[in-house]
Amino acid sequence: MLLYASQRLVLSVVIVMVAVSILTLMLHVVPGDPAVMILGPRATPELIEQTREAMGLDKPLPVQIVTFFGNILRGDLGQDVFTGREVSQIVFEQLPYTLILISVSILWAAVLGIALGCYSALRRNTWLDTLTGVLSVGTISIPAFVMALYSVLVFAVWLQWLPAIGAGEGFWDRVTHLILPSFAIGVSWVGYVSRIVRASMLEVMGQPHVRMARAYGLPDRWITRSHILKIAVQPAVTLIGTGVAHLFSAAVFVEVIFARPGIGALIVQAVNERNYPIVLGAVLVTTGIIVLATLISDLVIAWLDPRQREDM
Amino acid sequence: MVSSVATEPDRQPEGGTEPLVRIDGLSVEFATPRGAIHALRDITLDVPRGKVLGLVGESGCGKSTLAYSLIGLLAENARVAGGRIDMDGQNLAQLKPKEWRALRGKRISMIFQDPMTSLNPVTTIGQQMMDIQYREKVGRAEMRARAVEFLEQVQLPDAASKLDAYPHQLSGGMRQRVCIAMALLTRPDLLIADEPTTALDATLEMQIVTLLRELQEKFGCSVLFVSHHLGTVAELCDEVAVMYAGEVVERGDVAQVFRDPCHPYTQALFECDPARIREATRRLPTIPGTLPDLRRPPAGCAFRARCPKAFERCMTDHPPLYDAGGGQAARCHLNDPAEDRA
Repeated sequence: MLLYASQRLVLSVVIVMVAVSILTLMLHVVPGDPAVMILGPRATPELIEQTREAMGLDKPLPVQIVTFFGNILRGDLGQDVFTGREVSQIVFEQLPYTLILISVSILWAAVLGIALGCYSALRRNTWLDTLTGVLSVGTISIPAFVMALYSVLVFAVWLQWLPAIGAGEGFWDRVTHLILPSFAIGVSWVGYVSRIVRASMLEVMGQPHVRMARAYGLPDRWITRSHILKIAVQPAVTLIGTGVAHLFSAAVFVEVIFARPGIGALIVQAVNERNYPIVLGAVLVTTGIIVLATLISDLVIAWLDPRQREDM
Repeated sequence: MVSSVATEPDRQPEGGTEPLVRIDGLSVEFATPRGAIHALRDITLDVPRGKVLGLVGESGCGKSTLAYSLIGLLAENARVAGGRIDMDGQNLAQLKPKEWRALRGKRISMIFQDPMTSLNPVTTIGQQMMDIQYREKVGRAEMRARAVEFLEQVQLPDAASKLDAYPHQLSGGMRQRVCIAMALLTRPDLLIADEPTTALDATLEMQIVTLLRELQEKFGCSVLFVSHHLGTVAELCDEVAVMYAGEVVERGDVAQVFRDPCHPYTQALFECDPARIREATRRLPTIPGTLPDLRRPPAGCAFRARCPKAFERCMTDHPPLYDAGGGQAARCHLNDPAEDRA
C-alpha cells in the first residue's frame, strides 16, 4: 500500500509539472505582450522594455520556464500587477472558500448519490427506482448556474429560508450560506453518482460471492455493506475524483452568482482585468488540487479493494 | 404425473435410520415472459443421514435447481409450485426468508461451482471465515483459531498465514479448499456441493473429491453432491439420483446403479462417459436429440424422443418410479412388472 501510494504521488508531481509547462507555453502563444497589457496603449517603449525586464520576459523561453519552476518551488507565484501583493497570498486567501464549497458539494453528491443509487438498486423496477432514474437524468441535464439561479429564486427570494449573498460570518451563518451554492453544484452530481452506483450495485449483486454470503445466512444489511457496496462504490469514487475539475468550473459560475469570495470569483475578476499573474497562480493551484483529488480517489479505491493495489 | 404417486415404491431402505431430508413431490417453476418453465417436476427423493447422495444429469436437467431449492437460494423468478421438503419436522418448501436465514450457514451450508468468484474479493480469507461465525458468542481470537483449525482440516499449507491473504492471492484449488473449510466450519447437517470440481483441472478434482470424502466421514454430515462427472460420483457417493428434464429418472445405491442401470437414460449416460471408452475413436458417443421444452413437458415419458427402447406406452403414459429391487428405482415402463408379463 505504501509503495503504491508513493508511486501514485510521484506520478502526480509529474502531471503537475507537465501541466505547468503547458500553461506557461500557452501564455506565450496567446497574442499580445503582457507588459503592453499592463501598461496600456499609451506607454513609452522605454517603460515597456523596463517592465519586460522586470517580469523576466526578455530572457529566452526555456530560461523563463525554468525560472518559473524555480519560483513555484519557492512558493513565489509573482505579484499582482495592480497592487503588487504576492499572488500566492491572494490565492491562498481565497482558496478556503472554494475548497469548503467544493467539499460540501461532494458531500451532497456522495451521500445523496450513493444512498439513492443503493436504494434504487435494491428496489429496482419499483416506482421509486423509476422516479430516481427520471430525477437523475433531469439533474444531470441542468447546468450548475441554472440550478444556482433557480435555487436563489425559490429558497432565498420566495421562501426566504436561506441567504443568497456572500459567505457569512461565524460558524452557523457560514453553514447556512453554504447550503444553496453547494447544492447548486452538487445536485447534478447526485444524478451521476446515483446512476453509476445503481448500475454497479446491480452488477455486483449478481456475482457468486454475494450468493455465497447469503448461503451463510449473513444479514442482508451486512451483505449490502461489505459484499456489495464496498465494490460497487468504486466507480463513483473515481467519478467524483476526476469530477473535481468540473466542480471547479461550476464553482466559477456559482461563486459569481452567489457573490461568494473564492478562486472562481478571483479568476473571473483577474481575467476581466487581464491580471495574468493572478490567473496563472490561481489556475496553477487549482491544477494542483485537481491532481491531488485524483490521487486521493485512487488511494481510496486502493484502500477499498486490495486487487487495485497491485495494478501499477 | 398425478397417477404415478400411488404406485411409487417405498423409499430407499436406510438401515433403520430416518433420512435427513425427505423431498416429496417437489415442483419448481421459473416465470419467464414466454410462459412458466417447469424446471423440477414431482421430485421425490431422500437425502440419507450421514451419507453422500450424488445428483447427476446433463446441463439443464434441474440438478442445480434442486440443490438451490434445498438452501432457499432459488432465483427471484422461481417459485415452489408444490410438494414438501421435510427436514426434522420442518417443511423447507414453506419457509419465510427470515427462517431460511436462520438455517443457512448453520444447519445447511453450500460449496459453489466456481471458487474463483465465490469468495469476497475485497475481504481477507480470515475475515470471511470469522464473518460466517457471527452467530457464535465467542471472541475474535477464538474465531480466528477455529478458522485456522479448519484451514488445516482441508490441508491448506501454511494455514495460519493464509488468514491475512486476499482471495486473488490464492490459486483456484486453494480457494476451493477455503470454501470447503468455510462450509465445514459451520458444522452443517447438510452440505450441498454444486459441481465443486467442475472449474478445477483433473488432478485437483481428484484431490478435492478425496478430501471431501475424508472430511465427510470425519464430520458425519450428509452431503448432496451435484455433478455431471460420473467418475467423481462413483468415487464419492453412497447413493445416486439421475435426473433428466426436471425429474428423477433413476435412483439407488451407487454401486448397484453403476453396475446395473435400469433406465435407458442412465445406460446412455454411462455409454457416453469418456472414462469408459477403451478403444481409440474419432467421435465420442453422444445421446442424439435434445432436452424437451420444459415450458410444455411431454405427456408420456420425458426421455422417449431420445430413447432407443421407446414403445407405444411411452407416448401416452407418464412412467412412475418403478421399484427395481434393492432400493433401486427407475422411471421407465420397462421396469414395470406388468410389461414382463405382457
